[in-house]
Amino acid sequence: MTEQETAGMRPKELGSWSVGEYQFRSRLIVGTGKYATWEEMREAIHASGTELVTVAVRRVNIDKPDEPSLLEYVPKGVTLLPNTAGAHTAEEAVVTARLARAAGLGSLVKLEVIGDADLLWPDPVATYDATRLLVDDGFTVMVYTTPDPVLARRLAEAGAAAVMPLGSPIGSGQGVLDVSAVALIKARVGGVPVVVDAGIGSPADAALAIEAGADAVLINTAIAQARHPVQMAQAMRLAVEAAFLGRAAGRMPRRDRAAASSPEAGIVSAATKP
Amino acid sequence: MELKVNGSWRETPELPTVGALLTHLGVTHQAVGVLQNGQVVAREAFDREPLHDRDELEIVRFVGGG
Repeated sequence: MTEQETAGMRPKELGSWSVGEYQFRSRLIVGTGKYATWEEMREAIHASGTELVTVAVRRVNIDKPDEPSLLEYVPKGVTLLPNTAGAHTAEEAVVTARLARAAGLGSLVKLEVIGDADLLWPDPVATYDATRLLVDDGFTVMVYTTPDPVLARRLAEAGAAAVMPLGSPIGSGQGVLDVSAVALIKARVGGVPVVVDAGIGSPADAALAIEAGADAVLINTAIAQARHPVQMAQAMRLAVEAAFLGRAAGRMPRRDRAAASSPEAGIVSAATKP
Repeated sequence: MELKVNGSWRETPELPTVGALLTHLGVTHQAVGVLQNGQVVAREAFDREPLHDRDELEIVRFVGGG
């Protein structure tokens, strides 16, 4: 299918969403880590339909300074979202964000401050402190956080441009362990977009997050480490779009008992004579 | 001069600026970030920010990540 055909088939109800000054039609953010090759990463980015991809900030290898750059493999028109992965303090995260901005990637940043090495669980206190510092410094801050409704509200009040609760630990593929938290958070952040980030393992997980009220999802490992990453990228795209359309269509109410779909009247009698 | 670059001390010729160090190391000036003694150096300032003996520098770039 060509890009034009895909665009032509895109239902208008999918709408768009915004992070600060940035507007996106795709509700799927994709990571760039863990791919076997950069060519495969580029194909997966295309197949996902994403408009926003995360990148990490790391030391240049001084012994191999002319290694090809990841950035050459990110399709034109896709916005780069540098993360602060590896930061364990607010100060480290702020320096990483400033380095990314100084390198020319603009003021968009995914803030990530880790407080537990085994779980890669966000440090809520340092995350909140870093959010305030980066907002004051003019960044558009997308905040990776715990699925905590009160912290999410506090982050939104502090000026976060998106709140990104984890579904389950990074790279675990356990899915969205507390789907109800997504709805609780969405209801408490006053219109700030909610992105479920981390732990999504399958298209069903992505769909659940969107159905629960997430504006978007961020997926890396589930695509990059699938047996067929490009196909999985397309599956995630379809799942996110299906879930958003379904949510907008309004699901039926749940009932405790069955309600027949076929008429109750006129049922054939198959009684036999004794 | 002696500089600490990405965690290791190294001996370099006398280099006037951060930009001259990048060129000396063979590092592109595009899409890299530089921290000099804990301070971020703006890309536009690479060619005017002076280097001093014993400066500590971090030179970073973008890699795959989630």
